[in-house]
This record gives sequence, structure tokens and C-alpha cells, in this order.
Amino acid sequence: MTKLIINGVERSVSVDPNTPLLWVIREQLKMTGTKFGCGMAQCGACTVHLNGKPIRSCVMPLSSVAGQSITTIEGLAPNETELHPLQQAWIQEQVPQCGYCQSGQLMSASALLANNPNPSDSDIDNAMQGNICRCGMYGRIKKAIKSAASVEYALNAESADQLGAVTQYDPKLASNAGEQAHG
Amino acid sequence: MGKWTRRGVITSGVLLGGGLLVGVALRPGHRAPALAPMVASDDESLVNAWVKLSPDNVTTVIVPHSEMGQGAQTALAQMLADEMDADWNLVRFEEAPAVAEYANYALGKGVILGDAQIPDIMLPTVDGAFLQLTKALGLQITGGSSSIRATGVLGMRVAGAAAREMMKTAASETWQVPVAELTTADSHVIHEPNNMRAKYSELAAAAAELTPPTRPLLKEPEAFKIMGQSVPRHDIPSKVDGTALFAMDVHLPDMLYATVQRAPVFGGKISSVDDTAARQMPGVVDVIRLDGGTQPAGSLGTVENGDAISVVAEGYWQAKQGLSRVDVKWQNSVSNAVSSDTIFKQFDTDLTEKIGRKTDFVVGDVAEKFAKADRLVDADYQVPFLAHTCMEPLNATARITETHCELWVGCQNPLGFRNAVAETLGMDAENVTVHNHFMGGGFGRKANPDYAIQAAKIAAAVGRPVQLIWSREEDVRQDFYRPAVMSRFRAALDAQGRVQAWENTYVDKHEPVEAPLVPYSISSQDIGHVASTTHVPFGAWRSVDHSQHGFFTECFIDELAHAANMDAYEYRAALLKDKPRHLAVLQKAAEKANWHSPLAAGRGRGIAIQESFGSLVAEVIEVSVANGDVIVDRVVAVVDAGFAISPDGLIAQIESGIVYGLTAALYGEISIENGAVRESNFHDYEALRMAQAPAIETHIINSGADLGGAGEPGTPAVAPALANAVFNATGNRIRQLPLKNHYLRDRIDENDDVA
Repeated sequence: MTKLIINGVERSVSVDPNTPLLWVIREQLKMTGTKFGCGMAQCGACTVHLNGKPIRSCVMPLSSVAGQSITTIEGLAPNETELHPLQQAWIQEQVPQCGYCQSGQLMSASALLANNPNPSDSDIDNAMQGNICRCGMYGRIKKAIKSAASVEYALNAESADQLGAVTQYDPKLASNAGEQAHG
Repeated sequence: MGKWTRRGVITSGVLLGGGLLVGVALRPGHRAPALAPMVASDDESLVNAWVKLSPDNVTTVIVPHSEMGQGAQTALAQMLADEMDADWNLVRFEEAPAVAEYANYALGKGVILGDAQIPDIMLPTVDGAFLQLTKALGLQITGGSSSIRATGVLGMRVAGAAAREMMKTAASETWQVPVAELTTADSHVIHEPNNMRAKYSELAAAAAELTPPTRPLLKEPEAFKIMGQSVPRHDIPSKVDGTALFAMDVHLPDMLYATVQRAPVFGGKISSVDDTAARQMPGVVDVIRLDGGTQPAGSLGTVENGDAISVVAEGYWQAKQGLSRVDVKWQNSVSNAVSSDTIFKQFDTDLTEKIGRKTDFVVGDVAEKFAKADRLVDADYQVPFLAHTCMEPLNATARITETHCELWVGCQNPLGFRNAVAETLGMDAENVTVHNHFMGGGFGRKANPDYAIQAAKIAAAVGRPVQLIWSREEDVRQDFYRPAVMSRFRAALDAQGRVQAWENTYVDKHEPVEAPLVPYSISSQDIGHVASTTHVPFGAWRSVDHSQHGFFTECFIDELAHAANMDAYEYRAALLKDKPRHLAVLQKAAEKANWHSPLAAGRGRGIAIQESFGSLVAEVIEVSVANGDVIVDRVVAVVDAGFAISPDGLIAQIESGIVYGLTAALYGEISIENGAVRESNFHDYEALRMAQAPAIETHIINSGADLGGAGEPGTPAVAPALANAVFNATGNRIRQLPLKNHYLRDRIDENDDVA
């Protein structure tokens, strides 16, 4: 049995500890908002937060995240009646087309804003470079991030708390995460 | 064709040119009873096949097109709701079930009648006739940018207008007042003289008893309330919180997961399989051999697929690990010797020999013009094979009993998938149920049912529900590709550099037929093609042949402008004097892009225009070239789709088509090595990312022409505008894509190509 804290709730799974976190989330926990796109940390569709930091769950073995705090798209909104400012901005800017990559885009963007409430264009480019959108909505994504960043900071601060503060950088985790090779 | 109903006979009369007009979008006496159980719940009135009303006065539009991100379902609902005078806040929509009654006549029309013109006066009434005809063909396709311009114009608007008239008639009979005194607004019928007002839902039961109007009156554009507005898309909220359901999100009790590898060399056969190691892997349940051969392919007819191996396990990852342990030996075939080089050599030979050349378009005396020419310009262009790489890898879930099959899939052709799976399993189509989901991208790939057929076969073999998920590697290597094409041009110029004749021969023709034609007034033209088949499977790729020919013809015309020592925009404009719609689009693009403003050294600007799927798009692209790399700075696009039903939706589609085209032009290359695809995933088949994405501005012209498509027309002008911009910046004439293969550091003058 491996324990995980998913969106603040402790869950136990009984599965090969080498299984990538993505498939544990999708198949064992039946939370399907996190998507499979490439299986080699190239597209970002599977992005979730590990202790507040964005990782590619398709290459992250379950054993590396045991006992730690994971946030998925299902846990991004602060509560059941309210959306995260980025989700609101996504609707406002009519960002998604097919929508398949958007969970990953939102998780990368929310990790960015949690650390950097007022990102520059190049900050946004750097944070989002690991997320492919084949519908090509990069302009709208960038606009939505800026728009969310400009709303009341209190909301951002609240959601950052909700996601958990960024923990110490762990190089072992980062290498497991197969950090994005920029294309 | 089966037995015609009485109304079927009438509508077939329209096909033959008869004058009988029947509003066949509304036929309660015929289709509605069959459809009612499929789409209506208790207490809902089925007003006609495409719209239903529930007791809370909610209008549900039943859309016979799939959603792959193009927003067509929302736009189609707008068209119906506006004609119906429905309250947009009370409008919902759902996708039509995959049953023959919703067969999509838009593509059927092309199949059956070719380009035959239907008189305008009959347009609102012919849909049912085509519906009858296409039923037999099993088409329910989302593609060809057809949703709005065909289903919307011919179906949705007529259905909405007819529903509104029926509401008024029902109110007139109930209240005993003349129809002429009634108005409609916000899902209500209103009788101002008596100050009466009724919800549509209150009249629905009475309306459903009426004989539908034969020619409901459509609104003039001035009366549009919902059409022309950028309404928020209905599907977007579910796509920001993870609740949108794609086919891969289905979980069935007792379900297993499978993954698959088909013969790397297309059409390959299995020589031997050793699955001992795979079967010992934890979680692996079965290893299944899937025989290839001729398989149904929906709108493509049939395809020849290679053999495949599938591993079924308790989870996807276990299946994938298991598949890597299966030792498969594939038979050698002549295709093993094929490479991209041999393919392009074959194209070159076939273009030189021109055996069996077929003409697309001929005008004037081309031979004479070439004989008298002062100068000739010639050039060969080529583009590689391209994969689609939808964000969502192919997947399908199947549950099979002795008599039935249920299929969960995201596809562009649910009815075609149903028929293909039924044929594969030896079942009647009625016993196959397709649950179609949002597609994580489609771009043409998800019109081919090969992955659904595999899922059905695997589920049948293991006797449990199975979710088949392709790896990204399989997705890249087992696509139905945009074909590689080579296109050869020759132009005759007079002493002043004016073009006198245009000659073009290319390999591998698909659809649409007009893709290689040019809009320019050139008095003598000879455009044709030769067959040059390869073993690489073909599939429709966003804008189909327009994406290759837009690049070829719009770059070659740029070469002619250069040869005439003229500005690339002015040259085009001069040759489009007789095409006011083209000219307006071109001019606006040049104006919005400040075409004549000077650019710094190392920067360049290119222009291109292409008409496709009824829409005209011109694009101006600005690039910077530094250290051998091209940076795309800015794209200005102008689109004339006749009328923008949802302006922001149209803009989003053009933006999307541009980025899709940029990915292809900058990076896209599927190369063939030893008969198989070399690339495998996003690290070697790259996609444009945020830092490389240019600023895009899209401007709309509502010319009032017939409605055009939106999903595809943004793509064809991208590659030529980009290549022309690179020429403008560097003097490098790009005749082969992708750009990543070109070394652009040195300024090369390619005028030596001008004879």
C-alpha cells in the first residue's frame, strides 16, 4: 500500500510502486481530469503539483511521491462554488478549443502565479514552455494568465495557500520528473 | 436505395430538378417517431428532429456534428435558436446519436452530385433528400469545415424557423387569433392586441401535432439577434475544471486496458511472435494478435492495415511494459526498401514521364505561349508526410456481449464507426451503440475507425470490456498521413515580365478538387496531376490538399512577382482585379499589416491568399532571421467566411489553423526509413510552443457571400506567407518544407533559377 495526499485527502493505493503517478491518478483513483499525452514529459498534459511544484506525472514513479502532497486539476478551485482566478480567466478569454491540454496548462500556470503573482511575458513563456496545445491557443492562454494575475491579489494568495507553499527544491524529484526539454 | 416514403419521393423530385418544395427538416410523420425515443425524455416534446422542448421551456438543439474544439456545436445552436427566437439563456445542446436518421448530407451531397448546383430557391428544402441518400452511405462526418455552411444553413436555420412558425400556428389555433398578429421573442409567443403571452413549452404539445410548414421564412441578417454574436461556448466551463469527458475518461466495471503495436512497415505481416516474457509480467492478462488486411475505413472506403500485437493488462502502464517484452518478427516486404529519398525520386520520375497525366484545369493555348515566351520561370516544390498528433492519443473502449457492442470513442464520424465496427464483428449496425465523446483534437485523423475496430476485436477476444489506448509513439507511426507531394511549375513571361502561361503538374491528388487552382487572371493555364502511389497510408489532414497546394502556388506566384520585379502584394492585387472578394481580403491584410512600411535588416514580410471550403483567407507574416533560425514575429490574417455566426469562434479557429500550419511549416516532417516512420513523439516530431508562438491578429470581413468554413481555412496560407517572408528577409527561396531543414544564415540569391 502506498499513501498519497491528493487534493488534501489521504488516499491509499495498492499498485506496483514503479507505476507512473499519472496512471495511479487516472486508473486507481479514477480522477480523469489529468490527461495522458505523450508518456515522456514532452507535452505537459499530465501536469500536477507535487508539494506545489509542477511535475509531469507520466514519468513520476509512485514510489517517489509516497506520502507527499499532490494537487490535480480537480483540486485547483478553492472550493466547490468558486473557481480559481485562472479558471475564471480561461472562461473569460474563451481559451479552450478541444480542451484536452487545458488541465495541464492550468496546473503549470497556477504554479507560476503562486510563486510569481506578476509574471512578465518571458516568465510566462518559460513556465508554459513544457505544455503543448495542438489547437494553438497560446495567445489566449498568455492573455488569460495576465488577466488572472491582475485580479485582486488576495485571491491568488488564498489559492496559493490552498495549494500548499512551495517546499524546498529536491533535485532527486526534479530529475524523476524528467524536466521539460524545451522544443 | 430502399423504399422511398411519400415525402422521400417528393424530395427526390427536387433532386431531379422538379419544383416540389417540402420542409423536410420537419417531418413528424416520418422521422420524428423513430428519433423520439433516442433523444426525447419523458415530458419532452420533439418539435422536430433537431430541436426539442422540455416543460421548463428549455430548447435543446440536437447537433449532428462532433465537437473537437472547433466550437461548431455552439455556433449551430446559435443558428437554430436565432431563427426560432429562442431565449439563448434557455438553449442547451446535445450531440445527435449515431443513427442513420442523422446521416450528414453535406458530404453526401458532394459524393452523390459532385459539384452539381442546387438552385438557391430550393436550398432550404433539399436537406432531407440528401439525408435520405446519405443514410445509405452511412455518413455522419465532421470534416471539410462543413458544419456551419451545410448543416447550419440547410438544416439548423430551417428547423429553427419552422419550429417558430409552428409555435405561432399553435398559438393562433389555441387563442383563436390570426397568425399575422403574433410575434415571437425569447422563447415566447406574444399577442400584443390581447396582451397574451405563452411560453413555447406551453404550446409544444399542440405544435407537435401540426403539419410542418413547407417553406419557413428565414430571417434577413438585419433581424439576427444571436447569429453574429460572440456567445460563450457551452463546452468551455467543463474544460477548465477537469470534468469534460473524453473517451479515455470512461471507466466500466471489470474493464481491462490494452495497448497495441501495428507492423512498423505499413501493411506488414507478422512472421513470428514470442510472448512468453510478456505473459509473465505482472498485470498482463492476454497477448492478442490482430490480423491486418482490408478493413472498413468510414468515409475512406477501405484501407489495408498491417498486422498488430496487443497486450491486455490490468492497467495501461502494465500493458505498455508488457508490449515492450513481446518479441515480434515481421515479414520482409518490398516496402522495407522504401525511404523518403526513394519516394521523392519516384515523384520526380513520375513528374518527368507524366504517364497518364490527368488535367484539373486548362484554359488558353499554353504551348503557344511557351513557344513565344521571352523568359521562363520554373521550380519544383515539395512537402513531406505529416502526422496529425492530436493532443489526445487514439483510444476506444468497447464492451461486447453475444448480440451487442457498445463503443465509447471520440470520433469525427460516429455513424461510420458504428458501421465499421458492426461489419468487423459481423453484427447488424443496429446492435452497435456508439457513445461519442469530446475529441482531444481531431484534425482529420479521427475520421478513420481503425482504432475503434482494434478495441472491438480485443474486447471480443478477452471477453471483458477493454479500453484500448495507443502510445504516442504508435499515434505518430501509425497515422493516416497528409501525403508527401511534389509539384512542378513552369511559367512563360513576356518581355515586361508579365505572366502569359502557367503550367503545373503534381503527384497524388486527393480532395478538394479545386485545391491546386489559382485565382489569378492568367490567360493560359494547364494544371494537372499524375498518380504516384506510395505504401504510406493517406488521411485527411486539416485543410487536406489545400495545405500543400496553398504553399506551392502562393510561393510560385511570389517567384513570378520577383521575376517581374514587382512588389509581392501589388503583383497579386493586379492579377485579382476581376475578383473583388479576393481583392478585398488581400487589401485588408496588407493594410492591417502595414505592408509597405520598412523593416529592419534581417526581417522580412510575406503574403499569401487561399480560398478553401468556401472561405477566403489572406495572411501577412513577419519574420526575423538570426543565427540561422527563423522567428515568426507576427501574423495578420483576414478572413471572409461570408458571415461570422460567432465572430470570436471564427477568430479562434483562424488562430488555431495558423498555429497548426506554423508547426507544420517550421518543424513538421514524417520521414520514411526502411519502410517505416522514423519519428515517434514530440521530441522528434515537434509542435510549436508558447515562446515560439507569434502575435496573431485576425480581422473579419462579412461579405454576405455564402457561408464558408472556419476550422480549416486558416491553415493553407501560413506556409507560403512564411516562406515568402523568409525570402523577403534573406533571399532564400524555400521550396521544400519544413523550414528547420534549411540553413538560413547566408543570404543566397536564387535568381539563377530564372532561365
